[in-house]
Amino acid sequence: MKTVRISIIGFGAVGQGVARSILAKREYLNKQGIDLLVVGISDSKGSEINAGGINLKSALERKKNKGTVAKGKESALDIIRDVEHDIVVEATPTNIENGEPGLSNMHAAFEAGRHVVTSNKGPLALKFNELKEAAEDNGLYFRYEATVGGAVPIFNLIHEALAGNTVIGIEGILNGTTNYILTRMAEERMPYELVLKEAQELGIAEADPTYDVEGIDSACKLVIIANSVFGRDATYRDVEVTGITKITPEALELANKNNYVVKLVCEARKDSLTVAPRLVPRRHPLAVGGTLNVASISTDLAGRITISGKGAGSSK
Amino acid sequence: MIVSMTLELKDIPGQLVLALAPISELHGNIMSVVHQHDEKTPRGTIPVQITFEIEHKVLDKLIDRLEKSGVGVARVGEERLRSTVSVILIGHIVHSDMGDTIDRIDSTGFAEVVDMSLSMPAIDKTSSSYLVINAVGEKELSIALDILREVAQKKDLLMIEPIRQNSEAT
Repeated sequence: MKTVRISIIGFGAVGQGVARSILAKREYLNKQGIDLLVVGISDSKGSEINAGGINLKSALERKKNKGTVAKGKESALDIIRDVEHDIVVEATPTNIENGEPGLSNMHAAFEAGRHVVTSNKGPLALKFNELKEAAEDNGLYFRYEATVGGAVPIFNLIHEALAGNTVIGIEGILNGTTNYILTRMAEERMPYELVLKEAQELGIAEADPTYDVEGIDSACKLVIIANSVFGRDATYRDVEVTGITKITPEALELANKNNYVVKLVCEARKDSLTVAPRLVPRRHPLAVGGTLNVASISTDLAGRITISGKGAGSSK
Repeated sequence: MIVSMTLELKDIPGQLVLALAPISELHGNIMSVVHQHDEKTPRGTIPVQITFEIEHKVLDKLIDRLEKSGVGVARVGEERLRSTVSVILIGHIVHSDMGDTIDRIDSTGFAEVVDMSLSMPAIDKTSSSYLVINAVGEKELSIALDILREVAQKKDLLMIEPIRQNSEAT
């Protein structure tokens, strides 16, 4: 049995989802010959450290009851630097102003010789190449599949399954919240404001929906794709972004009459990055509804390949 | 220019070649020929629809040559607008001078707004419209979209364009 030690940095929806997934898959991991130990968990208030492996069940309970996992005062950086482990799961909230605290956490992990697995878009949307080089210089893995499209394996598909193909372009719907809003507006002929309120009540949209509805979240994901797939050095400021706040139910109805749906589409080409509401033919593979995400990749050899799935949620 | 013609051929062998030869002699580029031998006009001739690209100045010469060789020219039409795109505009479409918005496209000479539906839910609400623009070719269509994009930006209208056409499955 191989012992793998990990830390979970950030214990919000994603961090807790990771803990729950490990609990649920313990038997499977053991069968694979892996004993996965979580040796450190931190949130904004403090942390728990246990070199012998944290009891995840009680850590999750404590978080639920007290609002924090903290047992001690050690910070995320203390864990990353000083607690012996192999992989840092970086799941702090996305910050697109300066990428912190994720950016420092990731750099510290690479300096300490630890692999990084992350769902945090901020640092990658700002400093993708810097982080990738830091990982490569230290001979470490940097895995960021969860930053784009949740569990939809976009990067694995392109880098592994489609290896050898030249990617010509990628179009996709990479934000479940806006897709939900547009789908409901079209189905119920309800105005934007009402559907947004409904989405907020259902927990699909955040109290401050700006990142989602103004297309910023989509733009960050698009940048990560462009950098990862086209080897660019783009930041989210290089993306031409239009959000969905001005869209009316009447516009969706006019589109529908003419066999179109309106979707917030991200489009990456070698030389252009755009996020904008677009008319999508109703039977086109990109025309997925609800909170679904979808990515359509056109390649020189394999042609066009489209994958779709749930883009958000802690278990993804 | 792109021309479509309906020709009437006599029901004897060799007539189709007779009809097509002058087009290539005058450097025309034939794009399509629809020839249904079992369909006859009341005059007993066989109608053929052909579409081709040819220089405007030789068109009269072509018709002359066809008629002299015994091919009837029943209809001549210019196939102008062959590329089409749909867009949606949202904003104060009427009050930002809808006529001017359409004129900006129509005045190009190579593109036209050929269909428009408008929805105005209430006097203080933004309107939405669905436009179909046709143009002579793909290049012209893309110039027309550039113009509309610029107009939309100036008039603070949200313009929703279709996803790239080449993103259709190949």
